[in-house]
Amino acid sequence: MNNEWPLWEVFIRGQHGMSHRHVGSLHAPDAEMAIKNARDVYTRRNEGLSIWVVEANHIAASSPSDKGPLYEPSESKVYRHPTFFDIPDEVGAM
Amino acid sequence: MYAQMVTTEAAQDDPEKLAAFQARIDAGEKIEPKDWMPAAYRKTLIRQIGQHAHSEIVGQLPEGNWITRAPTLERKAILLAKVQDEAGHGLYLYCAAETLGVSRDEMTEMLLDGRMKYSSIFNYPTLNWSDIGAVGWLVDGAAIINQVPLQRTSFGPYARAMVRVCKEESFHARQGFDAIRKMAEGTPAQKKMAQDSVNRLWFPALMMFGPSDKDSVHSEQSMAWKIKMNTNDELRQKFVDQTVPQIEFLGLDLPDPGTKWNEERGHYDYTDPDWSEFFDVIKGNGPCNVDRLAARNKAWEDGAWVRDGLMAHAKKKAAAKVAAE
Repeated sequence: MNNEWPLWEVFIRGQHGMSHRHVGSLHAPDAEMAIKNARDVYTRRNEGLSIWVVEANHIAASSPSDKGPLYEPSESKVYRHPTFFDIPDEVGAM
Repeated sequence: MYAQMVTTEAAQDDPEKLAAFQARIDAGEKIEPKDWMPAAYRKTLIRQIGQHAHSEIVGQLPEGNWITRAPTLERKAILLAKVQDEAGHGLYLYCAAETLGVSRDEMTEMLLDGRMKYSSIFNYPTLNWSDIGAVGWLVDGAAIINQVPLQRTSFGPYARAMVRVCKEESFHARQGFDAIRKMAEGTPAQKKMAQDSVNRLWFPALMMFGPSDKDSVHSEQSMAWKIKMNTNDELRQKFVDQTVPQIEFLGLDLPDPGTKWNEERGHYDYTDPDWSEFFDVIKGNGPCNVDRLAARNKAWEDGAWVRDGLMAHAKKKAAAKVAAE
């Protein structure tokens, strides 16, 4: 069928000042209807205070085969984590 | 379950790739839509998630039937909310299936022309208000038992959909139990109705878990791939063990005279449902198969002008916006 409504990805910001978070997707003819449908489908139990929708085909995503080049370099950089450094107890909270 | 008798495809891919894939699953990694996966894994999942989604949608029909006739405004509001949830559950699941490369419309058409199935349970009628209570309590209760372990299934989008579904599902079972409890604790006539509902729906509810393990030939590969987490009989036993004390709490007679606590096994013994009835319903000969499919076909056809009209409007608006820029 070529007249299928496009797919939208839905992002909701919850009550406690967190970022918008991907919650799922839905079909809608346009952005306005996508927000209305998202409200009906994803916020029926006070899940959120703000809705973003974006048409799924506008999302660029990294590819699973890039996993190595993208994420392996950080594995050898343990000094980026605060626990790498040995701070004597006498120094106190840091 | 909501997905019964899903035929698992035999894996036919490169053995090395298959082994690496299995290793990921064994390590508890989630498989995501863009990851490599065996063609049979993809195909089986489309079938299983699709059947699950269709069940949510068709499952609205027996309950929607009673929205306008609910005994109080409060019960009506609750049932309306419950049936609306089912539409949402169908939608989460369709979206999960779509990530595997099948379109929503394709799945809908496969349901409408009978190429895809939905759960046998929804081919039984809801004859009265008491049945609505029994459906929420028993049918959604059985669904929960199946869906809780599926939250750990290997395919990421399916697992995430199940997390959302399970959060909402216990409301469904509880509202059903509350409704039938009112009947069971009511007048003798109401109690008789509650008993009748349990008697009629007990065995169809047991059938929801699919055929007995000894007749279920496709389980092994699906279990290895973690798209099926427990055998049919394990889940059915869990349902029986959980539900028998609830029936007793309601002061109703057990619908199956063969129900007996087995000290040695630590489980209730029970009578298997009539499997020939189950296979007959799956084949399309249940009491409501024809009505259910006719209702879905009518809804799809009657809604066509709305879908097309809204799409045409959206395209016109988008074109006007481009022209103005």
